[in-house]
Amino acid sequence: MSIELVCPAGTPSALRAAVEAGAHSVYCGFRDETNARNFPGLNFSPDELVEGVRFAHAHGAKVLVAINTFAKAGAMDAWKAALANAETAGADAVILADLAVLDHAATHHPNLRLHLSVQAAAATPEAIAFYADTFGVKRIVMPRVLSVEEIAKLNAAINVETEAFVFGGLCPMTEGRCSLSSYATGKSPNLTGVCSPPEHVAYTEDKDGTATRLAGFTIDRFGAGEQAGYPTLCKGRFVAGGKTSYLFEDPVSLNAASLIAALAKAGVTALKIEGRQRGKGYVAEVVRTFRAAVEAIDAGRTEVEVGRLLAGLVEGGRQTSGAYKKAWR
Amino acid sequence: MTKTGLTLGPVLFNWSADRLRDFYARIADEADVDRVHLGEVVCGKRQPFTDGLWPELIERLQAAGKQVVLSTLALPYNPRERAAVLDFCQAGELPEINDLTALPTVAGKPFLVGPFVNVYNEGAARVLASRGATGICLPVELPITSVAVIAAALPEVEFELYAFGRLPLALSGRCYHARLHGLHKDGCQFVCDRDPDGLAVDTLDGQRFLAINGIQTLSHGVEAFCPTADELGKLGVRRLRLSPHTVDMVVVSRLYRALLDGRASRAETLAALQALDLPGELVDGFTRGQPGSVRVEMA
Repeated sequence: MSIELVCPAGTPSALRAAVEAGAHSVYCGFRDETNARNFPGLNFSPDELVEGVRFAHAHGAKVLVAINTFAKAGAMDAWKAALANAETAGADAVILADLAVLDHAATHHPNLRLHLSVQAAAATPEAIAFYADTFGVKRIVMPRVLSVEEIAKLNAAINVETEAFVFGGLCPMTEGRCSLSSYATGKSPNLTGVCSPPEHVAYTEDKDGTATRLAGFTIDRFGAGEQAGYPTLCKGRFVAGGKTSYLFEDPVSLNAASLIAALAKAGVTALKIEGRQRGKGYVAEVVRTFRAAVEAIDAGRTEVEVGRLLAGLVEGGRQTSGAYKKAWR
Repeated sequence: MTKTGLTLGPVLFNWSADRLRDFYARIADEADVDRVHLGEVVCGKRQPFTDGLWPELIERLQAAGKQVVLSTLALPYNPRERAAVLDFCQAGELPEINDLTALPTVAGKPFLVGPFVNVYNEGAARVLASRGATGICLPVELPITSVAVIAAALPEVEFELYAFGRLPLALSGRCYHARLHGLHKDGCQFVCDRDPDGLAVDTLDGQRFLAINGIQTLSHGVEAFCPTADELGKLGVRRLRLSPHTVDMVVVSRLYRALLDGRASRAETLAALQALDLPGELVDGFTRGQPGSVRVEMA
C-alpha cells in the first residue's frame, strides 16, 4: 500500500479539485466553531458534506471531517451535531482533539473511525495508548515537535497509524498548547477555532512604510514598496535581549517533500498537506505534484527525480523542513 | 465554608539548585500557602540539575506543614523525559499531570491536573475525574463564565485558577532562548538561566508584549486575578495558584491570603501588588472573557 496523501478541502470546489488531482483522502470541516479553520467563506454545510462524500467515494477517495476544537463549557450541542452529521454523510473518519468530544463519539457513534487531531498534542506512546485504549482512536496526527528518527521510534512503540504534516503553513508552537492569539485578541484556536483573526488585523501606513498590527500590537514592519505579509502572531519580528529578529519563526512554510521516503520508512501511514484556506487551483497543483512524488518513490525512483517533480512548488516563498530535522529546534 | 486554598505553583524558570534551595526554605518557613508544587515542568534538559534536589525539599516543606505536589513535564517526548514523568507519578507524593503521558500510570489513584492540560468543558473534566483527578487547575485562557459551568457540573472536584504571575501561553519543540543566541536546542548552553523571570519580548514599536523562557512563551503582563472568597465560592472555585517569580513570593502569598480571608479589599491587594518589583504590568483580561493582555482595572 502506497503512503496515503491527505489533502485540504476548505470548500466543496477545493474538495473536487483535490480528488481529481489524485488525493487519496481529503479533510474538511463544518462551517462553525467545531473546526480549527473557522474562517469566513470556508467550510461545509451538512448538505455540502453529503455531496462531497458522494463525489469523493465515487472517485475512490476518502473524506475525513475535522471536528478538532475544544467544546465550549455548557454548550456542546454544536460538536454533537457535527459528529452526527459527519456519520450521516458517510465520512470515513472524524479528526478530534477534545476529551469530551472523543468521549461522546466513542459512546454514541461507535461506528465512526476516530483520528486524533494535531491539536491534542499526543507525542508519547503512553499518551497515544491512552487515546487508543479509551476511545478506540485509530490514527494520530503527530505534533510538530518530532524528528524523523523520533517518529520511527514512536511508530515502533504504538499500535495505531500516524499521519505527518509535509507541506503548507507551519505552527512553531505546539498546536493545541498555544494561547498567544487570545492573549492579543481574545480569540484562539482552542477557544474559537481561529488564530490571529482578520477582524483584529490592521495595516497602517506611515513615513517608514507599513506596520502590520494585531489588536494594536505591532507584528511586523515593511519598507515602502515591500509586500506587507499577514500578521500571524508567531511569524512576526520582535525585540528581545536588544536584538530584533523573527524570534519564533521566519515567515516560512513547511516543505518536507524531500523527506517523503524517510517518513514512509519511519512507518508513517499518511502525509498531510495543510491549506484549507487555499483556493482550488493551488490545492490541485500541490496535490498533483505530491501524488506524482509519492508514486515515483513507490516505483523506486531516485530522490533527484522526486526533487525535480517538486521543484515547481518551492519557487517563491521560503521553506523549512521544520522539526523533522533536529537543527530546527 | 472551607477556607480557600492557596497553591504555590512549580517554578517555570531555569533557577539554579542553590537558588531553589534558598527559595523553598523561605517558602517553608514564611509563605502563607498550604500547598507547594515542585518539579521542572518546562524543559526536560534542565531536569538533571534539579532531580537530586527534590527529596530534601519535599522533606523540608512537609516538616513545615505544607502539602507537596510533584508536577510533571508539560511536553515530554524523549525516553528520558517520559521516564521522569512516570518516576514522579510513582514517587509517593500527590502528582500533578501536565500532559496525558502520565494518565495510564496515575489512573485509579488520586492525582491533580495542571493548567497545561486542555480542560475546556465539563465533559473533559469528567473524563479526568473518572480516572482519579481530585483537583484541576484550569487553562489560563478560559473565561470565568466557562469556569462556573465546569465547576457546577463536578462539585466533587477541587477547581483551581491561575491567579498570579506571567501567563504560560505556549510551548514549542523549539527553544527560543537558544534561537535568539544563535544556538540550537541540543547545544543550548542553558542560556535561559540568565532570565529568572523570562526574557521580555517587545514589539518593533516598543510595546511590552511577551516573554520567552526556553521552549515556553509567557505573557509580558503579570496576571493578577484578585477575587474575594465569596466571589470564588459562587464560581465553585476552591483554590488559587501563585506562580513563582523573583519578586518576594512570601509577600505575594500574604497579600492573597489576606484578600481571601477578607482582611484586605481587592483594591488594596492590587495596589500592594503593583507596588512590588514585578516583571510586567498587571493584567486579568482572560478571566473576564477578554484578551489576556487587558490591564487590571485598579478601582
